[in-house]
Amino acid sequence: MSTIISDVIDHLAGIRPGTSLDRLRDQRPQARENAQKSYRALFEPEFPGHVTTIERYAVAAFVAGLHRQPHVTDFYAASLQGLGHPRLTDAIKAEIARGSVEGPYGRYPQGPLTVEDKEGPVYQVSADNRESLGPRLAAALEHAHLLVFHPRDASPAALQTLLDAGWSTTDVVTLSQLVSFLSFQIRVVAGLRALAGASVRESADIDPTQIFTGVLASGAV
Amino acid sequence: MSETTLSHPDNREPTAFTQDELGWLPWLEPFPADELTERHWAGLVDASRAKSPYFLLLARDPDILQARTKTDKDIFYNTSNGLPRAERELAATATSRHNGCIFCASVHSRFATQYSKRGADVQRLLDEGVEADIDGRWNAIIEASVALTDTPVAFGDAEVRALRAAGLDDLEIVDVINGAAFFNWANRLMLSIGEPTPPKQ
Repeated sequence: MSTIISDVIDHLAGIRPGTSLDRLRDQRPQARENAQKSYRALFEPEFPGHVTTIERYAVAAFVAGLHRQPHVTDFYAASLQGLGHPRLTDAIKAEIARGSVEGPYGRYPQGPLTVEDKEGPVYQVSADNRESLGPRLAAALEHAHLLVFHPRDASPAALQTLLDAGWSTTDVVTLSQLVSFLSFQIRVVAGLRALAGASVRESADIDPTQIFTGVLASGAV
Repeated sequence: MSETTLSHPDNREPTAFTQDELGWLPWLEPFPADELTERHWAGLVDASRAKSPYFLLLARDPDILQARTKTDKDIFYNTSNGLPRAERELAATATSRHNGCIFCASVHSRFATQYSKRGADVQRLLDEGVEADIDGRWNAIIEASVALTDTPVAFGDAEVRALRAAGLDDLEIVDVINGAAFFNWANRLMLSIGEPTPPKQ
């Protein structure tokens, strides 16, 4: 699946060329370019290995949904939908609803930090959807939920579950990068949207009359 | 026949946040150093990273590793303008403290101390946690990083206002967003494919 969007973060954050956020992002040109290259390496890989396009977008749609950022959720859900597996798309939607909690939680190694242990659910795909997703994708969603909400509970056993479900060591690296990258991308989008929104509201607070006066003076009304 | 994870029964994982230098052991077999191709070397970016089991494991998917590393470097090392390095490292440390990544917090708290010369304040963040009351500017950066790290994301108007009140301009706020967001990537990898080892005595 090929995209015509040249910068996914700009697209998701609603950043247009020439705006102040566009110029701010340009101050970190390598970060900007390589965030996009990361997206392409994960979703349009030159060497895809054994992780399929459907698996990549199914996990992405799930991870985005768990974060409840509407623009990002819609983007990955639409990408998955576009691959033409309506039952899979429905299954992912149902699993997002079942898996949506609040993070981060989890346990520390036994010791002085144990007082900070925070309990939370260990998510499992529903019995119904396990069948339509298949064991490999079901295991990937369960691992993605762990990484999104309680990464400090990660363990070799969690990785062994993936290996036993048919993920190779290299596949696990790709899957881990995909979920972790999305945790970054979603936060950059959320952060930039918040900054843009705060700027708009602040200027609205400061000088609505000046803007109005300016418009009058310009003869535009 | 599926592959198996690596285990380290003799390792005693650190049980507290520290600025000491920790080691790290992988839970999956790193890519063999003597089989690295040109594509793998490009993925590692710095040849010295071929000595690290963490980067050799990530080198199994070299293209995403390369893009990740270049993103990381520009966010933290491009200090021609914007937020001082010390405060980018503070955002990384606060994020790692909130997610619970003892290894990442150790590395970036050391950097925060090195660049700020405020080792005691950095240590309070590690010891007391993200609620530590340090000073207006550091509190605002820590609170913004924590809000951005929560899932769902809790970063909004209030955090932007607090950062501005603490004297940060919009480019500096973008640096806080990038730094904290990036460590949500780094923490998840570091926590989930291996474990830290105690400081060398």
